[in-house]
Amino acid sequence: MPRRNSVWTNIDWLTVFLYLVLIFLGWINIYSSVYDTDHQSILDVSQRYGKQMIWIAAALTLAFVILILETNFYVFFSYIIYGIIILLLILVLFVGTEINASKSWFTIGGFSIQPAEFGKFATSLALAKYMSSFGFKLKRFKSFVIIGLIVFLPAALILLQNDTGSALVYFAFILVLYREGLSGIFLFFGVWIALLFVFSLVLEGVVLYGLLAALALIVFLALNPSIKQFFVVAGIFIVSFFLLAGVNYAFGSEFSGEQVLRGTSLLSGGMVLIYSLLKRLKNYAFIALIFIGSVLLSISVDYAFDEMLEPYQQARINELLGIESDPQGAGYNVNQSKIAIGSGGLWGKGFLNGTQTKFNFVPEQSTDFIFCTVGEEWGFAGTFIVVILFMVLLSRLVILAERQRSGFSRIYGYSVAAILFFHVMVNIGMTIGVMPVIGIPLPFFSYGGSSLWSFTILLFIFIRLDASRLDHLSDQP
Amino acid sequence: MNSFSKRSYVIIAIFLLTGLIYGARLFRLQVLDPTYKVYATNNVLRNVVQYPARGLIYDRNGKLLVHNKPAYDLMITPREVEEFDTLYLCNLLKIEKEEIERRIQEARDYSLYKPSILIKQIPPEKYAVLQERIYRFKGFHTQRRTLREYSHHSAAHVLGYVGEVTAGNIENDDYYSQGDYIGQSGIEKSYEEWLRGTKGIKKYLVDVHNRIQGSFLEGVQDVPAQIGKNLTTSLDIELQLYAEKLLQNKRGSVVAIEPSTGEILVLASAPAYDPGLLVGRVRGENYAMLLNDTLKPLFNRALMAEYPPGSTFKVLNVLVGLEEQTITTHTLFPCYGPATVPIRCTHNHGSPNDVVEAIRESCNPFLWNTFRSILYSAETSAEGYNIWRDHVLNFGIGKKLGIDLPTELKGSLPKEEYYNGIYGAGHWNAMTVRSLAIGQGELGVTPLQLASYCSAVANRGFYYPPHVVKEIEDGSLDRELKTKIEVGIAEEHFEPVIEGMQQAVEQTNTAYLSRIPGIAMCGKTGTAENPHGSDHSVFMAFAPRENPQIAISVYVENGVWGTRYAAPIASLLVEKYLNDSIADNRKWVETRMIEANLLNPNQPK
Repeated sequence: MPRRNSVWTNIDWLTVFLYLVLIFLGWINIYSSVYDTDHQSILDVSQRYGKQMIWIAAALTLAFVILILETNFYVFFSYIIYGIIILLLILVLFVGTEINASKSWFTIGGFSIQPAEFGKFATSLALAKYMSSFGFKLKRFKSFVIIGLIVFLPAALILLQNDTGSALVYFAFILVLYREGLSGIFLFFGVWIALLFVFSLVLEGVVLYGLLAALALIVFLALNPSIKQFFVVAGIFIVSFFLLAGVNYAFGSEFSGEQVLRGTSLLSGGMVLIYSLLKRLKNYAFIALIFIGSVLLSISVDYAFDEMLEPYQQARINELLGIESDPQGAGYNVNQSKIAIGSGGLWGKGFLNGTQTKFNFVPEQSTDFIFCTVGEEWGFAGTFIVVILFMVLLSRLVILAERQRSGFSRIYGYSVAAILFFHVMVNIGMTIGVMPVIGIPLPFFSYGGSSLWSFTILLFIFIRLDASRLDHLSDQP
Repeated sequence: MNSFSKRSYVIIAIFLLTGLIYGARLFRLQVLDPTYKVYATNNVLRNVVQYPARGLIYDRNGKLLVHNKPAYDLMITPREVEEFDTLYLCNLLKIEKEEIERRIQEARDYSLYKPSILIKQIPPEKYAVLQERIYRFKGFHTQRRTLREYSHHSAAHVLGYVGEVTAGNIENDDYYSQGDYIGQSGIEKSYEEWLRGTKGIKKYLVDVHNRIQGSFLEGVQDVPAQIGKNLTTSLDIELQLYAEKLLQNKRGSVVAIEPSTGEILVLASAPAYDPGLLVGRVRGENYAMLLNDTLKPLFNRALMAEYPPGSTFKVLNVLVGLEEQTITTHTLFPCYGPATVPIRCTHNHGSPNDVVEAIRESCNPFLWNTFRSILYSAETSAEGYNIWRDHVLNFGIGKKLGIDLPTELKGSLPKEEYYNGIYGAGHWNAMTVRSLAIGQGELGVTPLQLASYCSAVANRGFYYPPHVVKEIEDGSLDRELKTKIEVGIAEEHFEPVIEGMQQAVEQTNTAYLSRIPGIAMCGKTGTAENPHGSDHSVFMAFAPRENPQIAISVYVENGVWGTRYAAPIASLLVEKYLNDSIADNRKWVETRMIEANLLNPNQPK
């Protein structure tokens, strides 16, 4: 047995310090955002800031308990914790209370608790346990299925509660999988698909297909084709374009220019693909496939957007992408949020001097839009510091995860970083108008017991795991 | 160790890149782009206008004529309204339940969050009762306004009235906004700029529901309202009241001017109305009533009615003759009474007459000869006419006098071209336009012009443009009004004419009703021909003869001869002004004038 150090000497105090700073900043900003001259004391428990103080005290107690528990407790009980949470997520569908159209709350006495918040650490534990189990190989199909089940079962249950935002958080685990060896292609395609999605809606078809073709051509030329290959490919493009345009013209321009271009892209892409396969030019075939796939995706995005989305969803997306703007309607929240943050200037209006947030122009100013209060009262200086604090915390978590000797701890650590990152990126992005309005809280900042406790548990389990990184865990060979 | 540990750098890079992008975005939003700061200000700042009280109006002796009384608008903010005792509100404010519901719906349609006026101008008595209970009416509050109040039921035409601004007012002057009050006639209109004061602004912070949360920056940017300037008019309210009393049950007007300054002492038009009728909630109803009244009480005859000057004009014609030297004080013209051609004389007197006698007796033939001599003194009748016309213009007849009241007619004094148009150039002469010799025909003067012309005679050759405001609190009175205007007649020509005017008052049958013991009043009666009924009684006079204190013109419609009504009314006013009271032996004249009812347009000859 190696020497066992006390938890308190091995604990990463930097992370604990960052955590304490963030919850403190969150608390005073909640105080400011709902500040009321009738209830001036920050300790007044009839107000949100007073309640948040209670949540913080409870969270610190929880953190302490987590730290004094044995590390092996988390490893051994991973699946059991996960199972309990899954049961709760099912149970809430039947006996839950509906708040803001989401049936995702248990109400016990005066308290409401949201089991979805606790799904995050449970899933992280289960995933860490599974992926660190003996003989686990990511490349196996079975592994994919099980990982998919572990991650998407809670996500699906949360989706059933009509809480889309919390469900989307589970996409964050892709970062963990990437770290554990998932091909970078998936990450690349994730980004590529997201870009295509945006561009399909923002750009005219002509421009988009032009861009895709140009991009394909550049990659093609970069592969250093022979003169003959070049002429064949170029010829295929030109011939198929004139063929389709001519046929369309002959039949009285039945199809629009955009449709002709789509047809041209698919036809020429298909012909290049066949040509490459015949000539066994694997790289060219690959480009042609991506090209065809991209065109098909953009067509289906257009279709899905027009035919499948509800008008309010279309409005939110249009607003985000700047296609149509309606500051009084779908864009109201984001517009007011940007006004609040933008009016803060470099140094802000000062503590308790925010007008936009305090006078309710910004909705949900103490929960999802708490970042607006930071922006308005502390200015760019404040927001930038908060962003930096989060970046330092996230980087620190990755560094800590990397120094783990056990796979379980590392995977769990990456899960914590990925989940926090997703929350921070989406929440702050939403308030400054670069992300759609998905109601998820800003970790440690937003008002609310469930989210504060869930992030505390999530983080402190990792701090506890890290503190005993020198111990032999059961999964160590 | 895990073979993919290098990927930790990729993941950290993703984190930091996101942080960097957000940092840049925040920098642009918060530091570089100023537009959001403007939006934020628009979001939270509400400017609440502070209405100043209008300036007060005094008479020449410092007696208060117009002041302000508070009134309260009941405001409603529909969103904040809860169940309330409709019946109580209806009973207190004397308003139908359906009406109040209709108005609440209107307010709701306008805006749920912004306050609208539910009931305008609640008088203070009712406000006191309402204010005690208003806490029970959630969503209601009161807003203080000021309304005009008048110390005397008098001088409505001079003082004018205020009303809500029209769309046109708002467009022409960006000082005004919807619901403001503006002077719409009389002094209230012409001195609006001084009387209105300056609106102030209080800046409040409001929340998203437009509810006031407190003052902005503790009020350092607030601009207090400045109350309007007080005005001192030249009116003598006692004399004005007396004039209105004398004119009761008659149509007509009195204008009295202090000749040495041009200050208007009295400007009365009958029938008149009580200025208090056009104030407050009853205004709309009363205005319609006054507008539809067949006696036209809103019509200001003193400035807007054109009458022929009649024989009062003879004074002017004689003065022109003397100045142009077409007659002298020794000139005698014969009079053959009703047999005289081309204008017969209806007055019974001797012959031949000189200037003094002609004025005293109002001799038509003398004036015809004088007028003819003026027109024939030049090469052509038209040239002679223009010489004559210029003299008349110099007396302020045929042009606006520039009084400081919004409505004024210029009277009627035809140009040469007018007669050329009718008779053809060179085809008319003194004979053709002979009516002008005796103040009839195409001539038209307003009572104001007659009084002003009379004050020029009283001053022996000059006058000041008549005006009703003597002084503005801050001393910024238009100097233009004080400019002395010479009428271009040598001073010596006035004495014989004035002698004739004094004799006209004291030695003819006019003396019977109009001679004032102890006061040398110089006057001239007239009869303005009226094709629609009995002729109008006209009189102009000034007194005392030396160092005149008052010049006056009186028109009494359908009063037939000047001697009958206009002259006695003028004499009573002059007596009252100079002596402060009416001599006991003239009380019967006063009674007779007050009791006379001439509202029937056809009076016995």
